[in-house]
Amino acid sequence: MEKLLHVSGSPHVHSGESVKKIMWSVVASLMPAFFVSVYYFGLPVIVLTLVSVGCCVLFEYLIQRFMMHTKPTVSDGSAVVTGLLLAFNVPSNLPIWIMVVGALVAIGIAKMPFGGLGHNPFNPALVARVTLLIAFPVQMTSWPAPTPVLLMSDAITGPTTLGIISEGGDLSQIPGYADLLIGRMGGSFGEVSAIALLIGACFLLWKRIITWHIPVSFIATVFVVAGIFHLVNPAVYVNPLIHVLAGGLILGACFMATDMVTSPTLPWGMVVFGCGCGLLTIIIRLFGAYPEGVSFSILLMNAVVPLINKGFKPKQFAK
Amino acid sequence: MSNKLNILTRGFFKENPALILVLGCCPTLAVTTSVNNALGMGAATTFVLLLSNILISALKNVIPNKVRIPCYIVIIATFVSMIDLIIQGFLPALSASLGVFIPLIVVNCIVLGRAEAFASKNNVFDSMLDGLGMGIGFTIALVLIGAVREVLGAGSFMGFQFIPSEYNMLIFVLAPGAFIVFGFVMALVRHLVNISEERKKLKKAENNRH
Repeated sequence: MEKLLHVSGSPHVHSGESVKKIMWSVVASLMPAFFVSVYYFGLPVIVLTLVSVGCCVLFEYLIQRFMMHTKPTVSDGSAVVTGLLLAFNVPSNLPIWIMVVGALVAIGIAKMPFGGLGHNPFNPALVARVTLLIAFPVQMTSWPAPTPVLLMSDAITGPTTLGIISEGGDLSQIPGYADLLIGRMGGSFGEVSAIALLIGACFLLWKRIITWHIPVSFIATVFVVAGIFHLVNPAVYVNPLIHVLAGGLILGACFMATDMVTSPTLPWGMVVFGCGCGLLTIIIRLFGAYPEGVSFSILLMNAVVPLINKGFKPKQFAK
Repeated sequence: MSNKLNILTRGFFKENPALILVLGCCPTLAVTTSVNNALGMGAATTFVLLLSNILISALKNVIPNKVRIPCYIVIIATFVSMIDLIIQGFLPALSASLGVFIPLIVVNCIVLGRAEAFASKNNVFDSMLDGLGMGIGFTIALVLIGAVREVLGAGSFMGFQFIPSEYNMLIFVLAPGAFIVFGFVMALVRHLVNISEERKKLKKAENNRH
């Protein structure tokens, strides 16, 4: 009888989701891309990923334990996700100490000073990547060529697809669509394989951790705008499919723009966010100084997320 | 006497113009790429602050209230022109690296702020102490930020290179690094000031109990 009277306030049904579950699902969804990278770039990929994840977890633990004097919450896995995404965004021949600096920037500058998980306005992994790109422009833009061996790869470096386009190089050097899809191209090691990333994204969609709004609007905007330029002048602007498959677009659109903390909360806001990201990306790619603009565009749109949320407030019922 | 000392020293940390009052952000962010630049900028600003505070305090009864801001600006601009010419004449290298930021001391809100908030209401001696203290505090802030940026960004301290150039983080010499370091130095100094204030309060409470 006593049990029956004991009723808490709504909501009564718990979905069983928790931060921990979501974060580990994201980690699982990144695994296909990780294995493809290990196949093409070898041992350095494993070392860099372990260093990045380990340092992110360690720095978060140390900061929470000794500077914020709160109970460490590293077991929720958010630092692991940050570390993985950061590692996916660097070339595989990056010196290990730069990876450590990147982890410190992600956790020590972009995440914990704002209050930790849920309070950071910018995606920590992207802040760290952009910081590294500006701090170490030489090391961050020397891309090893993909060589399918399982041991230490040799030191051949090759251009990235977007690098060839932006520097006006020989367009016949661009890898074919099949290579772009499976990931046999130069680039940051997590971004190369479109298929592996899409498998991971489908897993997240199936788990309902992300919705289709941001990835679809992001990629569609890039495709449409690049397509318009291609139709106007095919000699200068390459096929929009290359823009979709090359570079970090799929990784960024599916895994980083969809970060729950730094993206809008409601569907229409997400669409606006995705379109903004896509537009900025293609503007930077076609007219900017950098060959790739995904990380910059997501960070810039992160900054306007509060405004988007305000603009797409749902109408209150019966008002 | 302790009151006079307080006027001088509060600008160092407790009311540091750049880190606590957050005035004069433009030179704080722009010229702190190296310790030498920071020292030069700090010294020039201290010179202007000191002399303009003295003169404005001396003339406070003569200056009509309605046109006081233009009058202050004329006085400040006079001293800025002096220090600009002095630096151009004797330290041409510093003049070249600070560039337009020396003439821009005229519109630095610390100088006008102290004139308006302190020198126009207090006597000449106090105003002198205030100008000197605020100038030194501004210099401390610039040198702190400049030291971090120069060590991380260029691997050197006061021009002496001790970290090989492949380990330098270019971002700290550029604008984003300025904002990052500014924020962290500000947080650190505020933290230390808070700790010392709390200690003072505890001491006071203990003295009252005895």
